[in-house]
Formats: sequence, C-alpha cells, structure tokens
Amino acid sequence: MDSAPRHPAGGFPRLDWLGLDGLLVRFDAALSEPANRAALALRHAVERAGWPGVEEVTSSLVSTYLRFDPLAVDDEGLRARLAELVASRDWTGAALPGGRRLWRVPAVFGTDLAPQLDEAAALAGLSPEKAVEEIAATRLRVQTIGFAPGQPYLGELPDHWAIPRQTELTPKVQVGALCVAIRQMTLFSVSTPTGWRQVAQTALRLFRPDSEVPFPLRPGDEVLFQPVERGAWDRLRADGPDGGAASEMLP
Amino acid sequence: MSRALIVHRAGPTTSVQDGGRPGFLAQGLSRGGAADRLALAEGAALLGQGAALAAIEMAGTGGVFEATEDVRIALTGAPMRATLGGAPLVWGASHRLRAGQPLEIGPAVAGVYGYLHVGGGIAVPPILGARGAHLAAGIGVVAGAGDRLPAGPDPGGEAGLALPAADRFAGGTIRAVRGPQTAMFPADALARFEATRFARDARGNRMGVRLIPDGEGFHSRAGLSVLSEIVVPGDIQVSGDGAPMVLLCECQTTGGYPRIGTVLPCDLPRVAQAPPGAALTIRFVGRAEALDAERAAAAALRALPKRLTPLVRDPRDIRDLLAYQLISGVTAGETEGD
Repeated sequence: MDSAPRHPAGGFPRLDWLGLDGLLVRFDAALSEPANRAALALRHAVERAGWPGVEEVTSSLVSTYLRFDPLAVDDEGLRARLAELVASRDWTGAALPGGRRLWRVPAVFGTDLAPQLDEAAALAGLSPEKAVEEIAATRLRVQTIGFAPGQPYLGELPDHWAIPRQTELTPKVQVGALCVAIRQMTLFSVSTPTGWRQVAQTALRLFRPDSEVPFPLRPGDEVLFQPVERGAWDRLRADGPDGGAASEMLP
Repeated sequence: MSRALIVHRAGPTTSVQDGGRPGFLAQGLSRGGAADRLALAEGAALLGQGAALAAIEMAGTGGVFEATEDVRIALTGAPMRATLGGAPLVWGASHRLRAGQPLEIGPAVAGVYGYLHVGGGIAVPPILGARGAHLAAGIGVVAGAGDRLPAGPDPGGEAGLALPAADRFAGGTIRAVRGPQTAMFPADALARFEATRFARDARGNRMGVRLIPDGEGFHSRAGLSVLSEIVVPGDIQVSGDGAPMVLLCECQTTGGYPRIGTVLPCDLPRVAQAPPGAALTIRFVGRAEALDAERAAAAALRALPKRLTPLVRDPRDIRDLLAYQLISGVTAGETEGD
C-alpha cells in the first residue's frame, strides 16, 4: 500500500513514511561508514533547505528522519521534495561534518567498577589485558547520538568484537559506563538497565541539562579511551562533569 | 511568600508536565511532556489560559495539595476521587481553591493519568526550554511531600465550569499507520494482529505500554537483525517475547526492535490512559483516513472552549454529576467503536 517501497527490493537509499508525521531515508540495512556519513550529510542538507512545515530533522546510524506537521504541509509534496534531494547526489560520498573534536577520556577498565571486562574479552577471544589494549588503541567515532540524551554510539572495534548483547539485562549501569556489543561501544549518559556488557567506567557526564553545552558530544567526534588505575577514580570523579576528559579540534 | 501549591502527599510518579521538548531528537532526548496531551488542552480551556502552561500529572493516584493563596484549579484526564475540604469535587471541571483548604485527590477511577491545573500554570524553572519532567533523562520536577510548586500569575477568570472529557480511559480501538518495517511481518501475522484483542499489561509507564495478546505472540524473523533506528512516540515495537509495546512520549530515541506500525498521534492519549487489563485492538488505516482523523482531532481541540458548561452548584447534583461522569467515562469507552 502506501508504505510499499518505491525502489527495487533491497535498493538503497529508501524513502518511507514513519508514522503520520515523519519521513525516513535509509542508506543501508547494516552499519557502514559511507551510509553513516550519508545520513549525517542529508540531515544537514534538509536542515539548510528549511522547508516550511518541517519541524525536526535528525539522523541515526544509517538513516535520516524528518518530522513535519501533517496538517500544515502537503505531505506528498514534501515527500517528493525529499525524494528529489535524495536523488540529487551520491550522499555516501559526503565528507564528515566540520568542527569535529577528538576526546581523550580516562577510563577504569575492569575492577569492581566494570565487572564484565573479563567476560566481554573472552567473547572477543582476547585476554582482558589485550582487550583493554585494543580498545585504548582504537579511535572510535561518534556515529550518532541516541537512545538517551547526549549518548553516543561509538564505532567501530575490530571484527572479533562482534559479540552479541546479553540475553539478560544488567539491571543498572551508572552514568559514564563504557559498554560494548556488536563492534560498537556506548558511554551511558543516564543510569539505566542494558543488554550491553560493561568493560570500563568513566567519570564523563554526557548530558548536562543546566550547562551552556548540554550535549558535549556530536556525531563525527572521535574518542580515545585512556586506561587509568582504579586508584585514580576518586580524582576523576572530583574533576566535575568532564571526569578528567579533554578535547581538541580535529584538523 | 509567592503563589504556590504545597504538596502534602503525592503518588510516586507525580510530576510537572507541559507540552514537552520537541526538537532534541538529534541529541537523544525524546519530547516527553504530558502523557495525555489532550488533558493539557482541556485544562487550558477550563481555565481560559494557554495550553503551553505546565500542570501536575498524577499517575494512578493523586495526593494532598494546598494553595498558599486563593487560586483557580482544573481537574482533567483520568477521573480521580477528589474532595475539597471534605466535599466531593467534580472531575473535568474548574474550581476555586482557597488558601489553606486541603485538596485531596485519590486513586483513578478510570484511566491512568489525572491532571491538576492551576490558574497561571505551574511555574517551575524551565530546563532546555520546557518545564515537563523527563523521568528517563532525570530532568524536571517529580513532586513529593513537602514540595512547594510555584504558580505563575493568573490574570483571573472563571471557575466552576465543566468540560465533558472525550472518552479515552478504558482502552478501545487504536488506529495505526504502516511503516518501514511493517513488511517484515508476514501478511497472515498482520491480519491476525488486527484481529487480536490485547490487554494492557501492568508493565507500562511514560516510555511505553506493553500489550498482551489474547493468543499467540508476534514474531519477525527479519526483525531480529534490525539495526538501531530512529523510534518515535506511537511506534508499536515487537520485542523477542512477541508482545507489542506502544512507545509513548518519553520513549528512547533509537531502538533495535522491529516496529509493526505507528499509532496516530490523536489516538495516543487513549493508549496512555488505558489502565492495566483494559482491552485494546489495533486497526491499520491508510494515510488519507489517518489525516482526516488528525484533522478532526485538531478541530475538536479548537472547539473545546465552546463545550464549557456551568457547573451545577447543588451538592446533591454534584454527587450525581460525579457519579454520572465516572460511569460515562468507563462505559462509553467500551461501546465506542471508532
């Protein structure tokens, strides 16, 4: 019916209605670096276009979403405009956004603060020491912000980190918990249950509702985790919302 | 001191709510705001003020409140047993609350979310442009005993008006549109989905409510490998256990479960207000029908002030009126076929 794909099966990008008041453009079915850049670039293009009736634009890992007021705008017309913009260029060739930052974030791996390090390392076929070394050596990119306010999806770790989520949820991880699943990491901005395994604890707060910069991380930013001793934890926590983290502009 | 509402007692999820914070999806923050936005509009109509003002949302049960100065109040949303200085108060109406008078609001008689509005609105400091508490994000005011909730200036106006509530407190038929992942479910499963009678699970909150099917659950083989994707309020996601979950205003912003469809915005209050055990069915509609429904709902919102009627003052009538409203709130929801 009205939501039937208008592209060949499996063909991307795909444009669909999402709810009565939304349109979704998907660039791939699986996570890929070009699709991730495409989603972000299309989002910025729709923002710049400033079409009337469009109330919000965002992107997730490989898709761009646009919310509109269905009573204020001709929805079919808007869909046609979006389809035209999508078809106007190869978005997967887009560059990353400007103004990206590199974050260096101290993290306590393992110990009582992050008890699932050994388990996660074993699933990845690594010793805990080697696992920490690999994570610390990987510049992880913020692929999108989502799930909770200011919270990044970070990628990607090497192939052998394609470990599944747990079937049983961890009842609660703390703000700043660094968790892993399916080659991605996330740094929790709220305290919540999760199916991802916690490998480290940071003191970085990524949602600061009372601050001038409530959401410090942006898509495209890169993050390096720096292992620190358990004994450093109290000092990191006393450092304030940055928890010892520092950032610099990427060239 | 300044105009305020003092909280003497409150249920565990009593919070300040307004229209929420649309526009922060890219930052991972869902809109939030009142679980039943129609109730906000009803309160605004009753007090003759803007619908952007904040009110107190009471989940399941009310509390005991007192005003520091004479104020106008309105009670909307899920009908709850309310008394003022011991005398019963009509729900779905505006009243005058004298300074120091105890306003007691008991459990919901139907529905889930009741609202207490004050002339001038609840004027707690805005956070990121809004006053609504986002419980999952940990921002805003969750009200508890001893709190003083400031009230904004009230230019004054009428009280003692009634507004019959649109029935939405006992489940019923919910309309949904198909979406990008609907086709991940086989056609026979989709037909069975529409024919299924669901019961609202006891598990439910402002993030979403789980629906228990009266038969077999729903599964999508393709859906097991869905990449995390934007999710929006109204999305009906189907997790591993086969029971659909309808996402509400405070849902996460991305999710990895397949979504069978999305509930129309105008039908979301009915989902949020369905109490545990209430029967719900879901019907897919095309975009044209969905847009007509949304237009009709918007027109009904604009027409709310025209439906105000003076409240009957005789206490015996008030008791009758209270009884009448509570009964109609339950039965009409069951008989209305949409």
